[in-house]
Amino acid sequence: MTETFLELKDIYKSFGGVQALKGVDLTIRSGEIHCLAGENGSGKSTLIKVISGAHDPSKGEIFIEGQKVSHLSPIQAIEHGIQVIYQDFAIFPNLTVAENIAMNRAVSTGAKMMDWNCARKLALEAMEQIGARMDPDILVENLSVANRQMVAICRTIINDAKLLILDEPTAALTSKEVQKLYTILRCLRDKGIAVMIVDHKLGEVFEIADRLTILRNGEKISTGLIQEYDRKRFVKDLTGRDISESAYVPRTSASEVFRVENLSRKGAFENVSFHIKKGDVLGITGLLDSGRGQIGDALFGIHPAQSGEIFLHGKPIKIRSTADAVKNRIAYVPEDRLTQGLFLDRSIQDNTIAASIKKYFIRGRLDEKIMFQDTKEWIKKIGCVAPSPDPAIRTLSGGNAQKIVIAKWLNTKPALLILNGPTVGVDIGAKYDIHQMLHKLAEQGIGIIVISDDLPELIQNCNSIIIMKNGRIAGTVESSKINETELAEMLSSQ
Amino acid sequence: MKYRIKTFLTTNEMIVVYIIIGLAVLIGLVNPAFNSISTVVNLSRTMLVTLIFAMCEMMVIVSGGIDVSFPAIACLAMIATGNIMLKNQIDNIPVAFIMGALIGASLGALNAILIAIIKMPPLIATLGVSSMTSGATLAIFGAKIITNLPGKLDKLYKVSLYTYTNAEGITYSLTILILIPIFICLLGWLLLKFTMFGRGIYAVGGDIRAARIAGFNVKGILFFVYIFSGTMAGIAGVTYMILMRAADPSVLMGSEMMVIAAVVMGGTRITGGHGTVIGTILGVTLIALVKNNLIMLGVPAHYQTFVVGLIMIIGTSITSLKAKHIANSIKV
Repeated sequence: MTETFLELKDIYKSFGGVQALKGVDLTIRSGEIHCLAGENGSGKSTLIKVISGAHDPSKGEIFIEGQKVSHLSPIQAIEHGIQVIYQDFAIFPNLTVAENIAMNRAVSTGAKMMDWNCARKLALEAMEQIGARMDPDILVENLSVANRQMVAICRTIINDAKLLILDEPTAALTSKEVQKLYTILRCLRDKGIAVMIVDHKLGEVFEIADRLTILRNGEKISTGLIQEYDRKRFVKDLTGRDISESAYVPRTSASEVFRVENLSRKGAFENVSFHIKKGDVLGITGLLDSGRGQIGDALFGIHPAQSGEIFLHGKPIKIRSTADAVKNRIAYVPEDRLTQGLFLDRSIQDNTIAASIKKYFIRGRLDEKIMFQDTKEWIKKIGCVAPSPDPAIRTLSGGNAQKIVIAKWLNTKPALLILNGPTVGVDIGAKYDIHQMLHKLAEQGIGIIVISDDLPELIQNCNSIIIMKNGRIAGTVESSKINETELAEMLSSQ
Repeated sequence: MKYRIKTFLTTNEMIVVYIIIGLAVLIGLVNPAFNSISTVVNLSRTMLVTLIFAMCEMMVIVSGGIDVSFPAIACLAMIATGNIMLKNQIDNIPVAFIMGALIGASLGALNAILIAIIKMPPLIATLGVSSMTSGATLAIFGAKIITNLPGKLDKLYKVSLYTYTNAEGITYSLTILILIPIFICLLGWLLLKFTMFGRGIYAVGGDIRAARIAGFNVKGILFFVYIFSGTMAGIAGVTYMILMRAADPSVLMGSEMMVIAAVVMGGTRITGGHGTVIGTILGVTLIALVKNNLIMLGVPAHYQTFVVGLIMIIGTSITSLKAKHIANSIKV
């Protein structure tokens, strides 16, 4: 089946004076998995909103199944079989699985009464189709993210979806769940449904997509079968620059920056020992619940270790609280930057100086001028795309927000920087910038620990990688002597 | 199956049932006079108006809002209806209820406009409307209590469904007015459980954005909820007037906290999206039981308020601990 389901021709869309889409063409065929890739601000979400009828394009034509549609409203889009699953799934946590699955259809058919038996039947049928197994009477708030996504997919199925659009569907899934999702998407594709995934993770795109369209700055850069792309072209088209994926080779010297010995915390990790020499970038990885994140939390004093010794520049230190950690110039970029690392509604300036506010306290008051100057400098130094220090963090993309979290800590002149998932939800371009920054910092003699499950990231940036399993160090590898597949095998083996 | 039974036995409703049973057994042991039909009759009389309030409050909370204006609305409906009927020599029961309902509905509509269109936070909007209403009530009708109700209204008080005379010859009668909350509960149950509109109220309370995407008329639903709440408050006011054989412009003020407590005790989550009619009835029963019968346990009068507060805190912390447990537990 290679019929064209949806065709967009020369779509323009502007908001006020800003051109979000500049002449984008897009063709989606029934029975294919089409990947729409683009960095933040490339116009991906605007394009989805045009397809789902939420935005009217300023210019351009839309054809659905060969028919020209002059004005597409959200309801029309649904009637044409276009279904979007947003990142938050738009489901009701307080209702049962069956009700969630059946509800949209009941509303759109104008049903007056709630038919519980019919809802249950529909739900079971839809789950059967995609091979999901859930109790239809359980409340959705009891479900995992992956299963909530299943509910959202089931809902689109009973709405007779012909084009299913998923906005970053793998963002919150474990790798096992991603595989299950892909099986389902392939099954839907084989039934003749057009599937469009919005994604920018390189590995995932190459695994799942049949065809690919890349947007940058509101323009279509390229489109074609996935076979026509290699990693280099993908990255080039996505970011507009050549990004070398060369590994970091440190110039390690003998002087030791940081060392821990037999660090333990009950229920989290046991007997963890490692050391960092000047110039080292140390990676810590492991599956979820392996204790990898807890080590970061412990070293920053959020959930301190109960026993073991910590040495900074050879001197023993005690970390019982975050205040101890800050006093010893340890900085921590937490896993969930939105809730733990940033004040979302405050300005870039407030966030940048948040950890070092004491030094701006001059003669009994805060020196606004120096704060402003410093923030401006940091914005430039770390390559954050922001017009001034004034906008709220909320308005920044994931990559730029993460750069501010890092800037906040660098402003404290840390001796040790711990980054937990430093590039989760960050664009390839910004990711590259962050990695470059880490290399530079390591060379300056700041100890760097990267906690991550992004294996290519670890291999590229760390010179040695600790593998955690069930709270213990299962092994340490030199990243120059290992490739991604081998590392993945080591991770999953018992 | 085992799992089903286990979840059923630990629902919020069942927890309230356990507390009610425990309390009833305790009171019955200490004071055998409690074990009598008269207790049931007295209890239903106490619950009557509270239950009407609780039903509309529950619906509002399920939709993700809150309404603290119903006592003021009920007071205005009561005193205005009483005054207008006396002045114009109207003596008709349906007219009294319709008048009360209309007054309530119009103030409910005001709440709805403030919340659904102007997008004020529900607590602030209804707090403002409450204060305005109670001020206006006193300004227009004065603080005078009307005790000479029109004849037919007054007579309705004496109509009872069931009378019970105990061994000492004291008669307890179950007023016909109890049919009003029973009818409202039945109506609410059917609406919430079996109509798409009712499910829409849950949907809005669960995730307002998702409800909009699903195609619900969110504004319409909010309008209905607040107008319904206002209407029921008006009817409750008239009911209260007949039950007490007097119209008092401020007697119900301050009852909102007790009603909200009863609703939340019954398993309605204050954050919206969760709540049942049965749970609300049970919550109101528990509060009424405590208010009426604590004295039988030998608890001095001024400790009663304390104990009511204590039970509220214990009861609601069970539900919120459960919610927390659900949020933290391993997901399937």
